[in-house]
Amino acid sequence: MSRRLHPAVAGAQPFQLAERDPDAPLFDSEESRERLEAILSRYPNKRAALLPLLGYAQEIHGWISTGDMEEIAEVLELTPAYVWSVASFYTMYNKHPAGRHMIQVCTNISCHLNGAPRVLEEFLEQTGTVEGETTQDGRFTVLEAECLGACGFATAVQINDEYHENVTPEKVAEILASLDGPQGV
Amino acid sequence: MAYPYRDDRETTTILSRHMGEPEARSLNGWLERGGYEALRKAVAMEPDEITDVVKESGLRGRGGAGFPTGMKWSFMPSEPSGPHYLCANADESEPGAFKDREIMRWTPHLLIEGCIIAARAIRAQHVYIYVRGEFFPVIRILNQAVVEAYEAGYLGESVCESGWGCDLTVHIGAGAYIAGEETGLMSSLMGGRAEPWMKPPFPAQRGVFGAPTTVNNVETLASVPGIVMNGSAWYRGWGSEKSPGTKMWCCSGNLTKPGNYELELGLPLREIIDEVCGGPPEGRKVKAVLPGGSSTAFLTADELDCVTTYEGLQEAGSALGTASPIVLDETAEIVPAMRRIAQFYAHESCGQCVQCREGTAWITKILRRIEEGDGEPRDLETLYDLCDQLTGRTICVLADSVVFPLRSSLDKFRHEYEALMRRSPTVAT
Repeated sequence: MSRRLHPAVAGAQPFQLAERDPDAPLFDSEESRERLEAILSRYPNKRAALLPLLGYAQEIHGWISTGDMEEIAEVLELTPAYVWSVASFYTMYNKHPAGRHMIQVCTNISCHLNGAPRVLEEFLEQTGTVEGETTQDGRFTVLEAECLGACGFATAVQINDEYHENVTPEKVAEILASLDGPQGV
Repeated sequence: MAYPYRDDRETTTILSRHMGEPEARSLNGWLERGGYEALRKAVAMEPDEITDVVKESGLRGRGGAGFPTGMKWSFMPSEPSGPHYLCANADESEPGAFKDREIMRWTPHLLIEGCIIAARAIRAQHVYIYVRGEFFPVIRILNQAVVEAYEAGYLGESVCESGWGCDLTVHIGAGAYIAGEETGLMSSLMGGRAEPWMKPPFPAQRGVFGAPTTVNNVETLASVPGIVMNGSAWYRGWGSEKSPGTKMWCCSGNLTKPGNYELELGLPLREIIDEVCGGPPEGRKVKAVLPGGSSTAFLTADELDCVTTYEGLQEAGSALGTASPIVLDETAEIVPAMRRIAQFYAHESCGQCVQCREGTAWITKILRRIEEGDGEPRDLETLYDLCDQLTGRTICVLADSVVFPLRSSLDKFRHEYEALMRRSPTVAT
């Protein structure tokens, strides 16, 4: 699935996807080098490409390993410790492998007022997990999220790169059933 | 007009006119709706002329602080000695606010057009749109629009064949509320932790990559094409002298019709809640409102006759903020709600300033203790003390942001805190 991205958006691709290949190399294909060059061309220095590359690693692998961080550090001429210090600041970068479907339930104030705690409980119960844990089959990780910026459509739930809005506990089973398509993705 | 509900009241439609119309997302659809005409006009204007029109319009920053936009632009050097940058702040994360997401979701070209015009005004050659990472569906829409704008020559080496060049890059965050603070945003854009820095130097002197920078909110930038096209007097046809124009109102919480509504500034808050949003569901009564998002002070049901201008809400003891009223009805409890708000600020504190890092965490712990029935009367005094210690002592205003709702909840709903204390067996001291 080769696709050439416009440099203006090359560093801004959704990076929480069900489809991933944890063993794929980050920077050894022509496509990936093109992507790297496109990203670097948009900033006056290499360090500024750090967030885009962390996102890129997660887009490919589903999470960011210390090995990925070392590779990124080398490409950007940064220390691995610095890359870790930045990656660990941001909650969306997975520092551990996560389920194919990352389910994030907003429980912030507007969702809280509209029953979000019950929606979260329902997701946890139906996946048989505790918050932050991944199911043994690797399908689901359920997390409590801070405000997802969809307060008028409470309860808001983000699953990978999609939003589900006005979610009630009654809708949880249907949402979970819709996630694994015929290809098992 | 609004999304997802259509408001039949007479109002204006500068920002929201095409919300709900998927065709408006494409370049062709946008051009059919008059898109990029304001940009054509702007490229024929001198930078200072654009700034003057925006200054005269009285447009104020829509990200929460309400600083006059034209004045902010005028702080940028008029004779550049190096690159200038514009950062569009699309890191919308204030609990209660969901307007920038809607603007980008339905009318991405409106934002792009506003960005290019603003870049011309401040003599910037490069625009970064910093979008919060969670907004993946919106990022796809925005990315598509940016590529279209490049292909059609609205971005690139010669904008509208004017010979003036402007680039735009979409940059996405990764889950940090503090990246919405302008210096935090720039720290993050430079490949760092989103830690705010002390001002001065102000961004217009020394901002991202050490260069003069302006950071504007999405809604602010989306307001610019209309102003440039129609003039400042047109914009001043709405709102008050100090708060001209229209504003997206993100209404959420216990409401019959939550959603985004574009309204003239200056309506009574009660009218927005009861008439525009249909009040709380099932005929319940309003208990409290956070009028400008979670970082503004609570108003009680008796305080809703204030007018919704920057100055009106300030006089009422709260703030317009991001114009994101969160409504709590009579079934909602103040202490758990306040605990949930505090928990957010504790989670999002960047950790640089001790008062904020420790203070927000302790506030959350104390509120949780009270919520669970283990509170002691002296906890309230401790919370007041923390309010004092968290105000005005930190690099950015995140710490202050939790104090506004907390202090007002203690002042106005003390009885709800005390009622929970009485459940505690350790209360007899």
